[in-house]
Amino acid sequence: MTESEYTIQKIKNGTVIDHLPYLTHLWLVGKILKFHKLDEPVLIASKLKGENGYKGVIKVENKALTQDEYNKIAIIAPDATVNIIENYRVVDKKKVELPDVLEGIVKCANEGCITNNERWAKSKLNVLDRKPLELKCHYCEHTFGRDNVYIL
Amino acid sequence: MTEHNFEGRDIVSINDFSREELEHVLKTAKSMEALTRKEGHTFLEGYVMAALFFEPSTRTRMSFESSMNKLGGKVINVTDAKVSSAVKGETLYDTIKMVESYSDVIVMRHNKDGAARFAAEATGKPVINAGDGKNQHPTQTMLDMYSIQKTQGKLDGLTIAMVGDLKYGRTVHSLATAMSHYNTKFRFVSPSFLQMPDYSIKELEEKGLDYSLHKDMNEVIKDVDVLYMTRVQKERFSDASEYEKAKDMYILTGNMLEGAKGNMKVMHPLPRVNEIQPSVDQTAYHYYFDQAANGVPIRQALLALTLGVMR
Repeated sequence: MTESEYTIQKIKNGTVIDHLPYLTHLWLVGKILKFHKLDEPVLIASKLKGENGYKGVIKVENKALTQDEYNKIAIIAPDATVNIIENYRVVDKKKVELPDVLEGIVKCANEGCITNNERWAKSKLNVLDRKPLELKCHYCEHTFGRDNVYIL
Repeated sequence: MTEHNFEGRDIVSINDFSREELEHVLKTAKSMEALTRKEGHTFLEGYVMAALFFEPSTRTRMSFESSMNKLGGKVINVTDAKVSSAVKGETLYDTIKMVESYSDVIVMRHNKDGAARFAAEATGKPVINAGDGKNQHPTQTMLDMYSIQKTQGKLDGLTIAMVGDLKYGRTVHSLATAMSHYNTKFRFVSPSFLQMPDYSIKELEEKGLDYSLHKDMNEVIKDVDVLYMTRVQKERFSDASEYEKAKDMYILTGNMLEGAKGNMKVMHPLPRVNEIQPSVDQTAYHYYFDQAANGVPIRQALLALTLGVMR
């Protein structure tokens, strides 16, 4: 445990998302974990010293991540780790991993794509490359990178 | 030899086909051309093709309808799909679900990219993409390949120039992909702002193919086997001044073809505007009308294959 982590309160049961890129984590909490909809306490630590510069940590009480949430975190923070906490102890530690196909979680960057124009259509993107991120739409075959990712 | 089974298969993107599969389609098209009127007439008897055109089309639509009719099948269509259902707010999904119960194969042109794959996944009936937005037009690519094979006697080891709007022109992107299965030399002629997209170039580089970029088409005419001209498509430009600058940049005239190789053919997906002058029609090099005619055997082959009447 690094010195800086002593400053964040432990949670009893829930999820700790660690090794988040500095500043990305703030956005991540709001966008992916839907902060405004969470009824549980959320602890956010910013600008902690990590092995590779600054990092962010998020702790959410009484929450287990869904597969979609794992996938979304993997898109914007591919090096993040997720600790599952039970009774103040880490019972499981996972690295997020991007699946080969992202369904319904990232919008196709091509505005002319059928998935952006058809009611009830679900986006489907194939992951061509992880670093740097390169996605290809299963439908319109448009390819794009991290800069054009919009998480649904 | 590998057994090919196209029954029930969708024809959505040229990227879905291997070299062997493409050649199987070309081979089937050739056998279609050999059919007599009488022989052909019973092939698809009892089958119904739905023509669903959300965007206007002349050549593609007519050649699909002609193909189906020549093989004894029937065609049902909506005069203007855009007016009939989309305007009322019906989703493409619902339209396809409705049409699938009336037909055995669905041929669709749509203005949105990816609409063909989407439609294909909505139904178990084969869907043939007749153009989805600026994405794919696979039957055009297959007829282009067929035209190349027919005029050159082979597909391997040719030099092909593509001229005009290489940025927005889906036909050139798909043709480059298809011909990258062969040891093709590509000569891309366009102004720098209408050059081939990076992903196309990357694909050729990964396969180690010979390509070069040019601004002047006279640099390449004498060396090529196929001169593939394209129209600068007004509807794809968001910047009107860019269109004005580009539209008359490449105009091919008959006398520019002096010194071209004897086997060289000028091709064009049509319609042409100014890029090929009528004087080219008077030379032995013009092939674009025959090329359009090749759309029939190719589409006959695809209909017969996807309906499982031919293997």
